[in-house]
Amino acid sequence: MSLNRRSFLSMTAIATTLAAAAACSSDDAPSDAGSSSAQADTPPAEGAEEQVVRDDSADLVIWTDEVKAGALKDIAQEWGNKQDINVAVQIVADDLQGNFIAANSAGNGPDMIVAAHDWIGNLVQNGSISPITLDSAAEANYSQIALDAVTYNGQYYGVPYCVETLALYVNKDLTDVTAPATIEELAEAGQASGADLVLSLPVGESGDAYHMQPLYTSGGGYLFGKKDDGSLDATDLGVGGEGSIAAAEKIGALGQQKVLSKTVSGDNAISLFTEGKAAYLISGPWAIADITKAGINYEVSKIPGFEGMGEARPFAGVNAFFVANAGKNKAFAETFAAEIAKDSSIAEAMYAINPLPPVQQDLAKKLESSDANMVKFVEFAAGADPMPSIPEMAAIWGPLGMAEANIVDGADSKSTMTSAAEEIKSTLGL
Amino acid sequence: MTSPTAHTGGGRAASGADNPDSPQSPPNRMPRERTTTIRSVLGRILVLGAALAVAAYLLPLLFAGRMWLWMFIVVAATVAIFVLFSTRRFIPGKYFFPGTFFLVVFLIVPIVITVQTAFTNFGDGFRGTKEEAITTITNNSVVQAADSALYNLSVATTGSLEEGPFTLFLVDAETGEVLYGADGEMVQSATEMDVTVTDGYVTAAAGYTVLNGKQVNTAYDTISNLTLSVSDTSAIKVQGVRSAFEGIKTMVYDEQTDSITNTQTGEVYTVQKIGNSDYFVNADGERLVQSWKQDIGLANFQRLFGNQNLLKQLGGAFSWTLIFAAGSMLFTFLLGYFLALTLNDDRIRGKKLYRSLLLLPYAVPGFISLLIWSNFYNRDFGLINELLNLNIDWLGNPTWAKIAVLLTNTWMGFPYMFIVCTGALQSIPDELKEAARIDGASGWQTTTRVITPLLLVSVAPLLVSTFAFNFNNFNAIQLLTEGGPFAPGEYTRGGTDILISMVYRIAFGGSGADYGFASAVSVVLFLITGVLAAAQFTATRRLEDIN
Repeated sequence: MSLNRRSFLSMTAIATTLAAAAACSSDDAPSDAGSSSAQADTPPAEGAEEQVVRDDSADLVIWTDEVKAGALKDIAQEWGNKQDINVAVQIVADDLQGNFIAANSAGNGPDMIVAAHDWIGNLVQNGSISPITLDSAAEANYSQIALDAVTYNGQYYGVPYCVETLALYVNKDLTDVTAPATIEELAEAGQASGADLVLSLPVGESGDAYHMQPLYTSGGGYLFGKKDDGSLDATDLGVGGEGSIAAAEKIGALGQQKVLSKTVSGDNAISLFTEGKAAYLISGPWAIADITKAGINYEVSKIPGFEGMGEARPFAGVNAFFVANAGKNKAFAETFAAEIAKDSSIAEAMYAINPLPPVQQDLAKKLESSDANMVKFVEFAAGADPMPSIPEMAAIWGPLGMAEANIVDGADSKSTMTSAAEEIKSTLGL
Repeated sequence: MTSPTAHTGGGRAASGADNPDSPQSPPNRMPRERTTTIRSVLGRILVLGAALAVAAYLLPLLFAGRMWLWMFIVVAATVAIFVLFSTRRFIPGKYFFPGTFFLVVFLIVPIVITVQTAFTNFGDGFRGTKEEAITTITNNSVVQAADSALYNLSVATTGSLEEGPFTLFLVDAETGEVLYGADGEMVQSATEMDVTVTDGYVTAAAGYTVLNGKQVNTAYDTISNLTLSVSDTSAIKVQGVRSAFEGIKTMVYDEQTDSITNTQTGEVYTVQKIGNSDYFVNADGERLVQSWKQDIGLANFQRLFGNQNLLKQLGGAFSWTLIFAAGSMLFTFLLGYFLALTLNDDRIRGKKLYRSLLLLPYAVPGFISLLIWSNFYNRDFGLINELLNLNIDWLGNPTWAKIAVLLTNTWMGFPYMFIVCTGALQSIPDELKEAARIDGASGWQTTTRVITPLLLVSVAPLLVSTFAFNFNNFNAIQLLTEGGPFAPGEYTRGGTDILISMVYRIAFGGSGADYGFASAVSVVLFLITGVLAAAQFTATRRLEDIN
């Protein structure tokens, strides 16, 4: 007998109607409903999260987040019309990954999802997605970073369509140092500009290892070492090593100078820049819309490194189409995946609705004249590291972020970094 | 929100004293004359019919899904509905059944599931069965043979469109060569055959029916699993409805030895235990990532009780949890009660307006207000410090963060207490106040010695449920502080972590989702909360003496 959460949820829904009917059947049953204030805010922990129900009427079901769904809906249906099929693009606003894994293993998940590549490790270990094959022409059209990102265990697991990475936004009304060569120069220019805030980089109380990554790498830190074949070696942890401590020293110094602060977080980082309070912002292409809307006179540049130290290498996150392992319409999913890879027409149509830096070289060329900022992001991405997609990465985000936040706040860099390393190692069982 | 979650009953603590109903009805009561109206008969038929229809709809589905427990529940519930509601008898049962049914479905079953899960490794990487893991490993290992072409695929059949047998027609996109073959065969050239090729695809073949995309999609399970060999090691792998390639399965499972062999490197992966779970592991100790759901006995509980640091931190979290729950309960009650008393005075004008304004925190969704409050507390840019011209590190200092959490939770929860106390106050007769005044009690004495004890009789159980609710109030912590601030070098427990938020981070933060461990901790938390609530209810019994 197998009981699982999913079956429980679907059953309770049915049971409710049953019992409600039963309860109403006696004419003068006392109504004891509402005697205490019910409140439906169950924590996302062991509560029942909102169930997304697969649209069964369609011949191809794609799940993704709200923004991507808006860009994909009509384009996917247009392709479907040529095949004489219905395509449903469904929005999963909350915990797409968890919902997808659970639904897929229950056999009623979507046929495809569109998501970031760093989920691949977890999706593969749960048997949720299938590898795909790219023909050589399509392969040649993709940027190397995109191919690296979707490669896992020597197989391609997704069809990339755009890449996101971090860059430096400069408020040109506040400072004329639009391309600082080093972080030190940036700090100096920011302080000279008289802005409330030199640099808006999300740290927050619990840290933000993703946004700190360019500074961490410039200081000499790395997360996982590489094996000979270029894949990540989960047993070689860079956190706690010499490079990471050197980086922590530098990050701590920036905290001392108030260039970095725990009070800047993901909630307010972009708005501090759009309100004109910050001279510099480190963020991704998703910030462009807000900044443009606010009418900020801005420029996008490469994130500089520390003086005399390494290059700042942010993470690159590649968004890709994944074929579900247990989808009901796997054939159409695989066909659509091949269609997206074949040329950049689908990516281009999606770009028109939701502009994100492309990964297909012919599309990047087309955009050079019309959308220079996007092409800059494409360039920066080429020099970035793909976000590690191995499942072990889950153990790094929390401790490394917390350590960095405390270091910004003035904690001792060496002991804090070392303790983060111990925490990560105990989770990974190293 | 500091309101208790819905309990059945919700209201009065049970007491044997004030409910002297004996099972037999008193003889002096005349039996009520029963009439059967058309309406009640119709209603009854409709309900029973609906119950039967639902059961008839569900049973085949449950049978197909092999959910035996649910099948049993549905059958039992349907039978119970018929037995209880189709006749005039079983009057107590009619009332007893709905509550019991809900109790089983919404309380007992989830608890059973949680306890079951606590003894497994269920979580990321351990979800399916061993067979599923093997299938995934071998299917995911198919690689494109070196220098092999991509083929344009057409699927044709000599039999039915759903069942086959299917034959694959392949056109080499570069050379235009046409190949074909059926399940279990080797690929052969189609030069002898009468085939029509249009735009690089075989569109017709003598003696065959060519399937369209939808038909291929429908029969894809069969089509993608047929073996059409190209050589000894490679076979045609279908990809989608229009293409295929020559693929090599690099991982092969052998049932005899229960092992997986990599045909490229010759490595053999056998089932071995790493930690608490079985994986396929090779001679070098390297494991394949896909594992499966297994029973691991008490390992989750050992992990919980065997880790000294974790236990110590749980202890610390436990004491703060008690303070947080008790503090939230106390402050919301005091504030709510004070406001209720104030607004209960007839001298106040515009009571309705005040009352509706006071309900606002209760009307705003908790998620939103918690996130907004969390921004208010920002040291440099937060509303509170800016308005009051302070420089308090609300969220960065453990003590201030605790105060912030309690403040916010009080704000969110007092309207509930305000409603409850307003209701309770209005049920206390004015004569009592008058009598107290004539006896020479001051206003303060009347409130504390007469009104409050009477009010507590009905409000105390709600205080207990508020306490129990806040004991596990995950949202209030997670959305406001995420359990932070974390002292340097401390990653398990933050300054405002209550048990549930800390456990959530351990079970879902570090290594993906670990439902097994989370369930084990939930079972322990469940016991703790249960004992605490039971003790409190016992304590509230004493208030009954007031009546």
